[in-house]
Amino acid sequence: MSHETDWERPLEQRAKIVVERLNAWYGPVHAIHDISLTILDRRITAVIGPSGCGKSTLLRCLNRMHEVQPGARAQGEVLLNGENIYASGVDPVTVRRRVGMVFQRPNPFPTMSVFDNVAAGLKLHSLLSRTRFADTVERALRRAALWDEVKDKLKKNGAALSGGQQQRLCIARALAVEPEVLLMDEPASALDPMATLAIEDLMRELVQDTTIVIVTHNMQQAARVSDKTAFLLANAQGAGELIEYGDTPQVFTNPKDERTEAYITGRFG
Amino acid sequence: MVAMTGYLLESAWPAITRLGVEFLTRVEWDPVQGIFGALPGIYGTLLTSVLAMAIAIPVSLGVAIFLAELAPNWLRGPASLLVEMLAAVPSVVIGLWGLFVMVPVIRSPIERWLGQSLGFLPFFQGPPFGVGFLAGGLILAIMALPILTAIARDSILAVPSSQREAMLALGATRWEAISQAVLPYARSGIVAAAMLGFGRALGETMAVTMVIGNGYRLTPQLFSPGNTMASKIAIEFNEASGDLYIGALVELGLVLFAITLVVNLLGRIMIRWMAPGQRVGAQQ
Repeated sequence: MSHETDWERPLEQRAKIVVERLNAWYGPVHAIHDISLTILDRRITAVIGPSGCGKSTLLRCLNRMHEVQPGARAQGEVLLNGENIYASGVDPVTVRRRVGMVFQRPNPFPTMSVFDNVAAGLKLHSLLSRTRFADTVERALRRAALWDEVKDKLKKNGAALSGGQQQRLCIARALAVEPEVLLMDEPASALDPMATLAIEDLMRELVQDTTIVIVTHNMQQAARVSDKTAFLLANAQGAGELIEYGDTPQVFTNPKDERTEAYITGRFG
Repeated sequence: MVAMTGYLLESAWPAITRLGVEFLTRVEWDPVQGIFGALPGIYGTLLTSVLAMAIAIPVSLGVAIFLAELAPNWLRGPASLLVEMLAAVPSVVIGLWGLFVMVPVIRSPIERWLGQSLGFLPFFQGPPFGVGFLAGGLILAIMALPILTAIARDSILAVPSSQREAMLALGATRWEAISQAVLPYARSGIVAAAMLGFGRALGETMAVTMVIGNGYRLTPQLFSPGNTMASKIAIEFNEASGDLYIGALVELGLVLFAITLVVNLLGRIMIRWMAPGQRVGAQQ
């Protein structure tokens, strides 16, 4: 797919990220094999599949967090707005500023206050004054639907919040640096059903002006929240491959591949 | 510990009763006249230990960060071993090395250079003896290095990778992730390391005795020979005679004991105070 022509499409169908023949390894272990897919701008793309199918690895390749682990490497192309983030000379630090990430378990910085947690990314690369910080922090907390709950305890320890609040704090922290894309790695798997619904509502809000890719093994969640769904499955060698990718209603009601059907109807996984 | 304190109190009793509180504030130490003051010893102990920490903490933190975060895998084992082996060198051997290798280097060029370029500061005035507070502080720094490094390294390694990744995912460089996420998380362990190192430096005797020059004075000049409480006791205990003299030395030991106790307690309080809040959700 040529990226230039892509920009002539209607807004709602623009590609934000184009993955081309992506392979990733952990040491000698081949984790994902030849994955190609296009992630649409301002849409929620869900990546589903059984454990060990490489869905988290795929996600971590999209902001070059995969290579942070010892022995991990990736090959192929990931075009962000048409630029290959794996091209030589691209600094992964600048990629991660544009593509934020929320992890499976809430990981606020326990030595920092709520405010400082949200401001952590701003302090890294911003010449803003403290007062501008305050505005940005408030906006990020509002976007993460956490402001009303924490506005009176901004100086309290970030780790003292409840699990669901901690995860929204981590979302606010990621949003504060205004990323173009937000990657979410099973963001609700450690949360109770109410907190999970809060996060899903939040995602629908956020996708108005960001692009979201979410990894989940909760198929109801993927069906509820996403516009596009990618189904991954490990091949005979254990490396994850893309089995099916399409509009979420189509994937869940009328899957093209029988393995997708088997998985979503609960016959394995 | 109670029994030990009791014994020390008993032996020191003649000195405690006859010398009174003045023991802590007097500067003279004249066994012939029966005048004993602990202040220069207390001063020497604290000065050399603070000096040692000022040198050892940055160095060991740097080594610990290197070993835990930056060193390639093949280097970590051997380098860690080397640092830990330093702890196994008997202190008298370190003292010998200090006296014959380190002290001449300290005398010239280090003290000569410091005297020439920073001689306007009171710390760097006076003749460069070589042996003295500076040498004592340096030897203590070397001796505190292994334990400081080992504990700091372990507390850095104990930081969950989720903390490091959280900072990296915000667009932090490797060094920013270390300085803003890893080190703050590990700070209670690092403070514990510093406190243990300080405690060790306070009580260390043999190596310091060999390089501190056996002076007994209250001076800001780091090149001046001095004594710590521990080295004073070690040097004079053999020749001490009479209840009062022996009592004064034992009382010196008691004071040292009290100071180390306070430092350790303070260290514990600080560690508790600095521990990362509740670690809910902060685990791996």
